Amino acid sequence: MDVKITEPTTPFPGSVHETPGGGIVLSALDDVINWARSNSLWPLVFGTSCCAIEMMSVAAAKYDFSRFGFEVFRASPRQADVIIISGTIVNKMAPVLKRLYDQMPEPKYVIAMGACATSGGPFFYNTYSVVKGADHIIPVDVYVAGCPPRPEALLHALISLQEKIKSGMTREQIKSTLAEDGK
Amino acid sequence: MSKLKAPWQKMENDALLNSLQTSFPDAACAIGSDWPEIDIDGSDLLTLIQKLRYDEQWTFDYLFCETCVDWKTHFTMVYHLSSTKHRHSVVLKAKLDHDKPQIESLVGFYKTADMLEREVYDLMGIEFLNHPDLRRLLLTEDWVGYPLRKDYEDPINMIRL
Repeated sequence: MDVKITEPTTPFPGSVHETPGGGIVLSALDDVINWARSNSLWPLVFGTSCCAIEMMSVAAAKYDFSRFGFEVFRASPRQADVIIISGTIVNKMAPVLKRLYDQMPEPKYVIAMGACATSGGPFFYNTYSVVKGADHIIPVDVYVAGCPPRPEALLHALISLQEKIKSGMTREQIKSTLAEDGK
Repeated sequence: MSKLKAPWQKMENDALLNSLQTSFPDAACAIGSDWPEIDIDGSDLLTLIQKLRYDEQWTFDYLFCETCVDWKTHFTMVYHLSSTKHRHSVVLKAKLDHDKPQIESLVGFYKTADMLEREVYDLMGIEFLNHPDLRRLLLTEDWVGYPLRKDYEDPINMIRL
């Protein structure tokens, strides 16, 4: 399977076979499900520090991520599809993050936003309290660099997550395909 | 000391410093970056606070910050006091022994000292005598050591640079 770089406005993945008086839609069910999932990702209200301010600005009018289907922040993990880890995760917060992730229904996705969530960032050395990367707690789909990242960077991460979902492949499959293409 | 025209008028730092120096000739008083500072020994704290809190010319009735500094050779407790009546502030610095850091609690004078002293105890390990509820505040109950001390080591969580 090819990795297709899709636009956020990708039309319905299929073709319409014209027939007199109407038409027949031809598609693969997996493609339709992935298309639907990727265009309606509801994030969880979760922010632990300054990255959360940037995340809020992405949600607000200027950057407005509801253009791409992220739409509404959910205050309950049971209604959320994606958790954006925006900020430092400390040892005391780690079990809370794990519980929130466990309470989210499948399929669920994780974005590690900024240096702290990716690796501990500025708190990597000489700190007794900070988890050195949120992927020690839960699996991460997309990492965003920056301290904090620009809103555009988070938008790019969210769209990358959509592409990942639309491709319908696992992380290993994506890696091997990219390696074959020499990227 | 210059006579105050109105109770809300701010007492000038110089005048405040003068009044402090006259009343406490043994303590080292000086103008700090923002407010007058008094350097004392930890054992003199209560007698000093008693006067600063209840003497009409100062009435320091609000403890707005209480912190601790680890100088490796000794600890310094730093108290920021201000007066809601006179609108002036003062900084009190009390020197403590490094091996056995103990100081009297100020909970009897300021209720805010309760939480502030618990935090200092939690992170710096200063023992506050006569504190009503000296438990850890931020860290877990079973934590060993005081992480904001300069000599703190945690080989599991800390990566030394």
